[in-house]
Amino acid sequence: MSQNLTKLKYDVVIVGAGGAGLRAAVEAREAGLRVAIICKSLFGKAHTVMAEGGAAASMGNANSNDNWMVHFRDTMRGGKFLNHYRMAELHAKESPDRIWELEMWGALFDRTKEGKISQRNFGGHEYPRLAHVGDRTGLELIRTMQQKIVALQQKDGRETGDMEANLKVYAEFTVTDILKENGKVAGVYGYWRENGDEILFEAPAVVIATGGVGKAFKITSNSWEGTGDGHALALKAGANLKDMEFLQFHPTGMVWPPSVRGILVTESVRGEGGVLTNNLGERFMFKYIPDVFKDKYATTEEEADRWYTDQDNNRRPPELLPRDEVARAINSEVKAGRGTEHGGVFLDVSKRLSAEVIKKRLPSMWHQFYELAGVDITKEPMEVGPTCHYVMGGVDVEPDTAAAIGVPGLFAAGEVAGGMHGSNRLGGNSLSDLLVFGRRAGAAAADYAKANGANPVSDATIAKAADRIEAPFKNEGGENAYSLHAELQEVTHNLVGIIRTGDEIKEAIAKIADIRARSQKVSVAGNRQFNPGFHLAFDLDNMLLVAESTAKSAILREESRGGHTRDDFPGMSNTWRQVNHISSFNGSEVTVTPRALPAIPKELFDLFDIHELEKYMTPEEIAKGGSN
Amino acid sequence: MSGVFSPTRAKIKERTLRTDKWWLEPAITFGVLFSFVIYATFRAFEGANYFVEPLISPFYSPCLSEACVEGSKLFGWAPVSAQVLGFALSPALIILIFPLGFRMTCYYYRKAYYRAFWLSPPACAVAEPHTKYTGETRAPLILQNAHRWFFYAGLVFNVFLTYDAVLAFKNNDGQWGHMSVGTLVLVASSSLLWFYSLSCHTCRHTVGGRLKHFSKHPVRYKLWSVVSVLNTKHQQFAWFSLAAVAFADIYVRQVATGAWTNFYFF
Amino acid sequence: MTRKLNLRIWRGDSTDGGLKDVVVDVNEGEVVLDVIHRVQATQMGDLAVRWNCKAGKCGSCSMEINGKPRLACMTQVASFDEDETITITPLRAFPIIKDLVTDVSFNYKKAMEIPAYEHPTDLAPGAARMEQVDVERSQEFRKCIECFLCQNTCHVIRDHEENKKSFAGPRFFIRIAELDMHPLDRIKNRKRTAQEEHGLGMCNITKCCTEVCPEHIKITDNAIIPMKERVVDIKYDPARMFSGLLRREKRD
Ligand SMILES: Cc1cc2nc3c(=O)[nH]c(=O)nc-3n(C[C@H](O)[C@H](O)[C@H](O)COP(=O)(O)OP(=O)(O)OC[C@H]3O[C@@H](n4cnc5c(N)ncnc54)[C@H](O)[C@@H]3O)c2cc1C
Ligand code: SF4
Ligand code: SF4
Ligand code: FES
Ligand code: FES
Repeated sequence: MSQNLTKLKYDVVIVGAGGAGLRAAVEAREAGLRVAIICKSLFGKAHTVMAEGGAAASMGNANSNDNWMVHFRDTMRGGKFLNHYRMAELHAKESPDRIWELEMWGALFDRTKEGKISQRNFGGHEYPRLAHVGDRTGLELIRTMQQKIVALQQKDGRETGDMEANLKVYAEFTVTDILKENGKVAGVYGYWRENGDEILFEAPAVVIATGGVGKAFKITSNSWEGTGDGHALALKAGANLKDMEFLQFHPTGMVWPPSVRGILVTESVRGEGGVLTNNLGERFMFKYIPDVFKDKYATTEEEADRWYTDQDNNRRPPELLPRDEVARAINSEVKAGRGTEHGGVFLDVSKRLSAEVIKKRLPSMWHQFYELAGVDITKEPMEVGPTCHYVMGGVDVEPDTAAAIGVPGLFAAGEVAGGMHGSNRLGGNSLSDLLVFGRRAGAAAADYAKANGANPVSDATIAKAADRIEAPFKNEGGENAYSLHAELQEVTHNLVGIIRTGDEIKEAIAKIADIRARSQKVSVAGNRQFNPGFHLAFDLDNMLLVAESTAKSAILREESRGGHTRDDFPGMSNTWRQVNHISSFNGSEVTVTPRALPAIPKELFDLFDIHELEKYMTPEEIAKGGSN
Repeated sequence: MSGVFSPTRAKIKERTLRTDKWWLEPAITFGVLFSFVIYATFRAFEGANYFVEPLISPFYSPCLSEACVEGSKLFGWAPVSAQVLGFALSPALIILIFPLGFRMTCYYYRKAYYRAFWLSPPACAVAEPHTKYTGETRAPLILQNAHRWFFYAGLVFNVFLTYDAVLAFKNNDGQWGHMSVGTLVLVASSSLLWFYSLSCHTCRHTVGGRLKHFSKHPVRYKLWSVVSVLNTKHQQFAWFSLAAVAFADIYVRQVATGAWTNFYFF
Repeated sequence: MTRKLNLRIWRGDSTDGGLKDVVVDVNEGEVVLDVIHRVQATQMGDLAVRWNCKAGKCGSCSMEINGKPRLACMTQVASFDEDETITITPLRAFPIIKDLVTDVSFNYKKAMEIPAYEHPTDLAPGAARMEQVDVERSQEFRKCIECFLCQNTCHVIRDHEENKKSFAGPRFFIRIAELDMHPLDRIKNRKRTAQEEHGLGMCNITKCCTEVCPEHIKITDNAIIPMKERVVDIKYDPARMFSGLLRREKRD
């Protein structure tokens, strides 16, 4: 293999062409470096394209009271104060600039009357804050970035005669290894999906922006790409994952027909006035307002209804509670037998909005239900239920540079990075996260590459990477990757899903280990040419590592918080808030160790009302009043 | 071997795998347009039976030739002699180029006849028979870009034909205030022609489509919005107006030959 | 509610290939992509197909179903008769890679040929003001999910390989229209280059692109024809011609 192996040299390699990867690429290229972007799908198809609701940024266009401090507070509250404060701070401060920048690259957001970028309400955000384009904001974001990449390529073309000389997209290419020499990143290795040919990318700096892990679960809003590749690649390269027990189950996925189960129903449906009811017609969310949020949410239907027209004098409807709360509420209703025929609850916008307004504000939702479920949402309610949507856990990074801790030259941004969202992400905070930390990762990777220069890859390292790719074809009579994948999804769904107990998690850990052992011997039919069975074999390995990290972190955390709910430990514990769970990998299994969460500095601590902090922090922490 | 049979494409021998009746629409278009052309040619050369007080066939209006029968001339004006280069020229032939050119260059009819007559393509995802294709980039098809010229001419014709419809409120002694079936026929055909012209893509472009900032031109934006709504029905107006004009001509001819009597309501 | 479905799936690569008969289970409410996945998981582990979102949002699963270019994830099995055999082939305008996967790089090349948006140099971040009515036309075109079904159906290139070099295709005509109608774009010569470099004149407005667009973008009526009219403005307008005003619009 190594004789005719293609070897390419770049300054920075970006793995992932979602919002985070593309933003990193722009930054690194603008710093003057040669950059390669690698992605598993075609260019422009990454997960980001599916984001619907919007991107959160406190531009204050819809309500001038909004500013970064309010956004910071909302983010910390949403994450139940497990967020890395510095990431939440950077995110809140820089998001507006990142959104305006998109506009300067040609994005066309919906407008306010004054001609500014319009902003909409979303769960957990105190003010209307999400810049949006109908319900296809992710598409706008990714297309704008894609076109920005083309703009940079055209500039290179004018200067060098070759548009792809310094910035090139390698689409439909799977990265299987991050290579290191002398303890530092040296490049990445992988294969073309089209023909199975292998390529070595030599580069001193690698940014991983590979998105989420949803495909490890049975019911998910994620596409086939969400297999946790970046999480696993980073683990194997010696980096750590943080807080992998926290998974966001979006409260509203489609539940019927079975073939669309899990597909997302955007939160904007609730932001625009959608109401959740059970099979008794009861608007049940009023029963589920947790104590920490009691004073921020309406307690009567009348007040909730008034909020849509007068937000200054009324509290918001409980349908707009953070996602974890709503998802658990729906889960409880269904378990108590008050669900719909297909195991969901009803979500209705048809009563509050006219058909024209629905079609204008939620066009793709209308389309999606009409075409896939035969439901006209302007007339009938939708049936919805929780779906695995987002992973809060991810690569343990330095907040300012997105550098993966422990692996020089490795950077991670976007959904694959951990820390920013704590135990639960607010809707709309991901798209802005991609831009803020994508940019920071690109800049830091460029600085690192400039400072360190190339780090050549040895033949031995190449040979090892190549062997791994060949392996599935050598196994004869082994199991089929599709059935192992289905088995894994069954385990995660039933045992480390939305509600967990200690015994079930233990069972999951054993089963995952068993599947992992069997997966070493999967065999593949056919040849290397665009062969999905072959591709799945690698994805499966990654999902197994992710599932193992999740289960092993979940067994340790004996409390319920955000995207981690233990039936056997239903309360939130202020001492557990001080702990992050760090997963590391020794080549054969994942180990999880607790680590203390950094304390919030005084200037950020003081942004909160002390009584609110008392709900989350221990008296000692409160007494200290911030770290400095 | 080119097109879907090019060596790089997936090897499939069928020109199309469509299982629906994709050929029906082009076949109907062909049938209707072809019949219209035959009839219109016959009528254009006939040079008779196009006027009977107070009705004039839209094929012959405005009647500008010395050959035009008594009463049919536009304000009695006849700028064109009856003989051109020694040929007796039917008055229709002098003017027909304008409505004909308007329809020939109409964006909708172009679609219709490129598909139905030229099979380029006969229907979507059905391979066309031609080996070469240059679209509207060179002569003669580059002349399609003259649609705007015909659009302006078409507006002038609409004025004439509307005037004809107004005249149809006379009786055959030239007194006003009467109405016959013929009046309705001419009113219908001239109104449909207005709808056809106003829903035209060039019209949509001219009233506002060419602007970059609608917000700075609220009136033109309003006009554009209205024309845009009409424009979505342009295909229907194209067929209805064609049928109405043809019927108006048939009606006038039948009355002129005495086959039908023009019934007066009052 | 499971029943058997007869399928004919094109399998092969650039060297050879043909339609293969398959019988597969199908459940209520399933789309063609679900059935393809079942074939993949149970009978043909190496059947190549592209997909991502399964909700008509990413434009990956473009193929031809009973000869019609469509998204497999948005095509209900129930829309066909129960005893009908469904024929599934790859896109026929682009080079075949394997099974249902084609090489769509043509489209990415064309995307690189359209000059990018240029923002006014004197506007600070956040200072841009655009009215909703001024952005709406371009927003329609930005709904495009790049499924390339329009490109695949357009006879200009589907039936004439040699036109590929001189024709950008409907997807990129809407891109040009989007930019020409963008309230702030600084590039002034998009009309002329549309005609002279990107092959707008090759389009004979036969509307197949609009017929297949899963986003229901009115490609022909709202982008191509308005662009053709804008080209007439600068190149063939009678008023301007007669007054000798036909002048080159320059880039500022
Ligand atoms: C249906 C849906 C709706 C959403 N709506 C919203 C919303 O309204 N607001 C919001 O803020 N967030 C939303 N989110 C969340 C948000 O879209 C994602 O978290 C975000 O897009 C992740 O972006 P990313 O750049 O990190 O990665 P992604 O966009 O997931 O991209 C990952 C990239 O990595 C590549 N990749 C992965 N593995 C490999 C490998 N091994 N080799 C090479 N390349 C690889 C992939 O090909 C892809 O290009 C939504 C998510 C979903 C699923
Ligand atoms: S209308 Fe033009 S661009 Fe669209 S398919 Fe027909 S020829 Fe191609
Ligand atoms: S314009 Fe429509 S058909 Fe063409 S690529 Fe875009 S979404 Fe697909
Ligand atoms: S008359 Fe049909 S487009 Fe002008
Ligand atoms: S899979 Fe995304 S459009 Fe079909």
